[in-house]
Amino acid sequence: MKKVKTASFLALLLAFCIQSTAFKADGYKVGDEVQDFSLKGIDGKMVSLGGQKDVKGYIIAFTCNTCPVARAYEERIIALNEKYAAKGYPVIAIQPNDVNASPGDSFQAMQQRAKSKGYTFPYLSDETQNITKAFGATNTPHMFVVRKDGEKFKVAYIGAIDNNQGDPQAASQKYVENAVNELLAGKAAVTTPSARAVGCGIKWKNA
Amino acid sequence: MKQRIWLFFIPLFCLVCPVRAQSVKVIKYEDLERLVRVKDDTLNVINFWATWCGPCVKELPQFEALHKTGSSKKVRVLLVSMDDVKTLDNKVKPFVKQRKLKSKVVLLNEPDLNTWVDKLVPEWSGALPMTLIVNEKSQVRKFIGKPVKEGELQSIINQL
Repeated sequence: MKKVKTASFLALLLAFCIQSTAFKADGYKVGDEVQDFSLKGIDGKMVSLGGQKDVKGYIIAFTCNTCPVARAYEERIIALNEKYAAKGYPVIAIQPNDVNASPGDSFQAMQQRAKSKGYTFPYLSDETQNITKAFGATNTPHMFVVRKDGEKFKVAYIGAIDNNQGDPQAASQKYVENAVNELLAGKAAVTTPSARAVGCGIKWKNA
Repeated sequence: MKQRIWLFFIPLFCLVCPVRAQSVKVIKYEDLERLVRVKDDTLNVINFWATWCGPCVKELPQFEALHKTGSSKKVRVLLVSMDDVKTLDNKVKPFVKQRKLKSKVVLLNEPDLNTWVDKLVPEWSGALPMTLIVNEKSQVRKFIGKPVKEGELQSIINQL
């Protein structure tokens, strides 16, 4: 009996270890190469990282219509594109939520939101959530700055836009801006490669 | 006789209970850590939520239900609101009152997660809701980085 108990304990422990390594393997880490994707934008056109030849990288924003935090950061995402697109780091926004769980994030609602707020960047729908999973995005807004390295794109920064959700002026750390500025200055790695902020958990499809 | 007098106060106390709306204390990280690291036999179930977070609000009844009898383990629920401290009086307190929340509710006024999350829950990306079940004495630690489905919370606790 004791043996059975020990064996089942060990099995459990093993299962736990496998699970935790699996968790760690979830999504890109800083330095990883990003697999290019092709997602449909609100204008019906497909967008991929390789689609723009003259970029130095991208500011990829997993964001949505419905999350209050994403809404609080919406103007800042628009501003990032205005500031950095011309410098070679345009914004690509990806809507990751399951539209059944979050009807306010439907394709049509995305089109309306982008129009009313004057998005100057692609707003893509990740219907299958596969790209969101590949990146390991967990919340909105969740930012990934990727740097072009030859023909590849490598992750340089993962996380929050800044450290003050309520008041952009009061933010003492502008993580994304700092990262892009450093990359533009020729650094291969940024000083703060990741930072957290409270966000809305991504609404996943029922497994 | 003395004991009987004491009994006399019970109905009085119960009369007062539902009327008394719980106050929501604003805490800092050190206070949270103290609450989490209590070394006794009770399981700390700490749920991070916000009034603006739909999935958080939806799962709250599961945490409230842990207070009811039938649970095999001793649990202490702490609902940690991540709402902006500026919304304490006009959002958080009215919400707690309206929902008649029985669990202890605190507002953690630490909006910059990078100053404290690594010390407590390095696994957490910042996505709400998030639940941490801990007991330092028996070295129990369970991180739940997404909403719990109906009945899931109780079964997770039973398995710990």
